[in-house]
Amino acid sequence: MPNKIEVLNIKKSFGSLGTIENVSVSLEKNKFVSILGPSGCGKSTLFDIISGLEKPDRGDIIIDGINCIGKTGKVSYMHQKDLLLPWKTILDNACISLQVKGLRIRQARDKAGTYFNLFGLSGFESYYPNQLSGGMKQRAALLRTYLFSDDIMLLDEPFGGLDAITRRSMQLWLLGLLKNFKSSILFITHSVDEAIFLSDRIYLFSKRPAIVKATFDINIQRPRDYKTFTSAHFNEIKEKIINLLQVE
Amino acid sequence: MLIAIWEIISRTGSVPSYILPAPSIIIYSLFSNFSLMGRHILVTVYETLVGFIISVFLGIIIAIIMDGLPFVKKVIYPLLITSQTIPIITLAPLFIIWFGYGYLPKIIIVILICFFPISINLLQGLGSVDIELINLLKSMGASKYQIYKIVKLPASLPSLFSGLKIAATYSIMGATIGEWVGGKDGIGVFMLRAKYSFATDKVFGAIIIITVLSICLLKLIEFIERKSMPWVAYEKNDTLGEQI
Repeated sequence: MPNKIEVLNIKKSFGSLGTIENVSVSLEKNKFVSILGPSGCGKSTLFDIISGLEKPDRGDIIIDGINCIGKTGKVSYMHQKDLLLPWKTILDNACISLQVKGLRIRQARDKAGTYFNLFGLSGFESYYPNQLSGGMKQRAALLRTYLFSDDIMLLDEPFGGLDAITRRSMQLWLLGLLKNFKSSILFITHSVDEAIFLSDRIYLFSKRPAIVKATFDINIQRPRDYKTFTSAHFNEIKEKIINLLQVE
Repeated sequence: MLIAIWEIISRTGSVPSYILPAPSIIIYSLFSNFSLMGRHILVTVYETLVGFIISVFLGIIIAIIMDGLPFVKKVIYPLLITSQTIPIITLAPLFIIWFGYGYLPKIIIVILICFFPISINLLQGLGSVDIELINLLKSMGASKYQIYKIVKLPASLPSLFSGLKIAATYSIMGATIGEWVGGKDGIGVFMLRAKYSFATDKVFGAIIIITVLSICLLKLIEFIERKSMPWVAYEKNDTLGEQI
């Protein structure tokens, strides 16, 4: 199967600060791939490069077979912060990505509105972001990301700012949601549990300047549920990853 | 309390009424002269509003141009600052010479006073928009126009309104200064005439009118501010709680 994203030998430094030393990552169609690593190891920089916001010093970004260095608008990108605009209602926030793609606001609202139920937001269309809870804001941001491109999505620690309980239920919710979609997802996290639970494959990054330290294929069968967290296979992988993290 | 003491002092005759007339006399003269003042008030309000509205457009356009094109900012910004160091009262006679005794020189003075705070505040607002929000739209491949329309302009509305409020409080004063230096009618002219005839009560009356007009304009802007930024009302509210 052709890869949706092929990251080849990317190197990036900011001045004398080497952020990414040499990183290659590939994302297959309809797969969920996580990038796991310590804070500040250049994971977000890698996403900035894939989305076209930053240019690498060296290396290539191949998206759907085409070299896309410095080209924006190819993939949808969800940042760690929800980045919802406080002056727009949740519905209009979700519409932004459709508006950027050239839809008129009326059409955009019609289209976005049909997804509110699926994203657990129905009834809150006319609320402002500040009226919503953290979990709801993240789902609204995810909806906006999904509406821009349901093909390839980059999710940068979408649940990083949530409390442990909300986070767990968001992970379960996301897995349920993805059953309906044909998206390929690249996901950043520094939670080992989250990475194993959600992913088909995990790339373990080293400290800055980052290299890929190890790759894990997660073969835990789907559908996964809350019992997955305590299964033997899960803990086996978890132990391996934690041991590798300890070495640093 | 202050007004009561003022009233007593004036009534006892310790201060002559051509220096400090009693508040009751001021109010009385305000009402009895209102038909005469009405025309002057209308002229001043007209000059202020025209000047203010032009300043709003001019201020917004200049701020956007400076924000969007850094080299233009480099050229214009020092000029703007310098222009503000020239006392407006010294320019007013020049405008009278150039543009005559009509409404135009007053409107120009209002513009000169008002557009600066509007422009500078908006410029600062545009410059301090969260870079991550802009990057989010850039990552979607949004055009410059879309970035301004969707993020930058709405995000800098609070700055724009604080500029508008500063401008509003100065605007009536600007028109009055213009009338003072030379004109046929307006509150400034009325004040000048009252001053020459030592009608101190009328001077105070004019001051009250100017204050009331300024406050009205300020309140109008605050009203528009609330209406155009409905989300602000929710910012201090509690969230609905975790509803997962």
